[in-house]
Amino acid sequence: MNPISANDFVLAAPEILLLGGTCVVLLLDLFLSDRLRQVSYFLSLLTLAATAALVAGLPEGRHFGFNGMFVVDGAARLLKLVATATVAVVFVYSRDYLIQRGLFKGEYFVLALFATLGIFVMTSASSLLTMYMGIELLALSQYALVAFDRDSPIAAESAMKYFVLGAIASGILLYGISIVYGVTGTFDLGALASRLDAGAASQIGLLFGLAFLIAGIAFKFGAVPFHMWIPDVYHGAPTSVTLFLGAAPKLAYFALAFRVLAEGLGSAVEAWQGMLVVLAVLSMAIGNVVAVAQTNLKRMLAYSTISNVGFILLGLLAGTPSGYRAALFYTITYVVMALGSFAMIVLLSRKGFEADRIEDFRGLAQQNPWFAWMMLLLMVSTAGVPPFVGFFAKLYVIQAVLDVGLTWLAIVAVLFSVIGAFYYLRIVKVMFFDAPAEEGVSVTAGPALRFLLSLNALAVLALGLYNSALIDTIARALP
Amino acid sequence: MIGLPHFLVLAGVLFSIAVAGVFLNRKNVILLLMCIELMLLAVNFNFVAFSHWLNDINGQVFVFFILTVAAAESAIGLAILVVLFRERKSINVENLDTMRG
Repeated sequence: MNPISANDFVLAAPEILLLGGTCVVLLLDLFLSDRLRQVSYFLSLLTLAATAALVAGLPEGRHFGFNGMFVVDGAARLLKLVATATVAVVFVYSRDYLIQRGLFKGEYFVLALFATLGIFVMTSASSLLTMYMGIELLALSQYALVAFDRDSPIAAESAMKYFVLGAIASGILLYGISIVYGVTGTFDLGALASRLDAGAASQIGLLFGLAFLIAGIAFKFGAVPFHMWIPDVYHGAPTSVTLFLGAAPKLAYFALAFRVLAEGLGSAVEAWQGMLVVLAVLSMAIGNVVAVAQTNLKRMLAYSTISNVGFILLGLLAGTPSGYRAALFYTITYVVMALGSFAMIVLLSRKGFEADRIEDFRGLAQQNPWFAWMMLLLMVSTAGVPPFVGFFAKLYVIQAVLDVGLTWLAIVAVLFSVIGAFYYLRIVKVMFFDAPAEEGVSVTAGPALRFLLSLNALAVLALGLYNSALIDTIARALP
Repeated sequence: MIGLPHFLVLAGVLFSIAVAGVFLNRKNVILLLMCIELMLLAVNFNFVAFSHWLNDINGQVFVFFILTVAAAESAIGLAILVVLFRERKSINVENLDTMRG
């Protein structure tokens, strides 16, 4: 054991600043009147900006801190930057929505910032203990966020469901960690990998622990058959919270799967590949097929999340460096697309009206052609049509699967993405070819939301056309 | 002589009782919270037993973290329960079914 040195604190500087900033917002918010609530909002954005600046200033290369419990490497730096940007965009998107519903309170920002801290800890975890603390910080903040609208009966119900299922997931994950600890004698992911390479662990015990670990990870990700919480939580939570839940935590769950399975248990790839294949096929099947039957857009996007998780798992299960890179590419592009899609619901909602049914988008092209086209970009990209970024994301994960000789899995993935295209294109049909409802749809949102959402939707096209820039960034992050 | 397998079996049985309790219970949400707590304590048993038999203190340190997190988790769970009760005037698990599809 080495004593903690100043260098450890340099590596953890973004987390320390984020924690400090969040505590300042938490305390200051108590003394603000409702008129001055904007201060919390701007202070939260400022905290995120300062954190991002510190992340950008982290030393290059791979560094361990706090006796190997904390790691800063390319993947951690990239995921942290994307996470801060995502959360900042979520704040800007949700501002008007929260003000209109009387929910513009400091708690929203504080809880979201604590969740971001959880994401940061998870992306930098190099020990199962650090990973567990990050998971719980993220999960506990999310349970509270879902229940944040205290007067909504469905929010309370979905928070309760999320809490119970999330707690079971943590329990299962912990049980898996305890078994893996029992057979290897360490929590450190690096030491775990070297002990497995040396063949110093009982195979049966490892397989037993691995099954629980994978179930826990699948629960957090929302992969079938551990997906039942996703539709209810996305549906029940206020849309500004769904926006958060649907985007930023996916980055952390990618880090969880990557750190534990690839870095820690990488040499047991044959053992977990089969389990992930089952999860991926089921997720793509159930997600895409059930989404077709939905009439609520939030539920439809929830099932779309499940099917996209299946695709992320495709990249991970390949177990090759190019597969991990493809999964990271998919995760980042999915976060961009999910942000835009959920923000469209926020955009069309107004006081006392939630635009969360598919029919609420009827005739949007006549009322507001610009945003109908933006929604078209997002939907077509999520469906995986070239030249949008969603197409390249799917292409790379399928390529990764083909490289390891799982041709049948690639065919299954293509088939299900064709089924998936149906319900994304249905939204386009509703917007462009159906007559508008009598009261019509109107966009009352402020200029910040309009501008950022347009940028978000156009980014889907730009990232698709210039996808080599994102690929280079990811290749540098995950060498 | 009581050995490691005895502890592991005990923890496994407690864990299974907790999981079964969550899925079989159709009456009261507070029972769900108790089952979750039991599940975490079963895992703690595993950690302590392994830690003792491996002669490695890290497992027991992990237990302290789990205990702390479990306390925070219960606090959040009970807070959500209070919100739910105010809305529904009931904490019956069977009433948690307004969302379908």
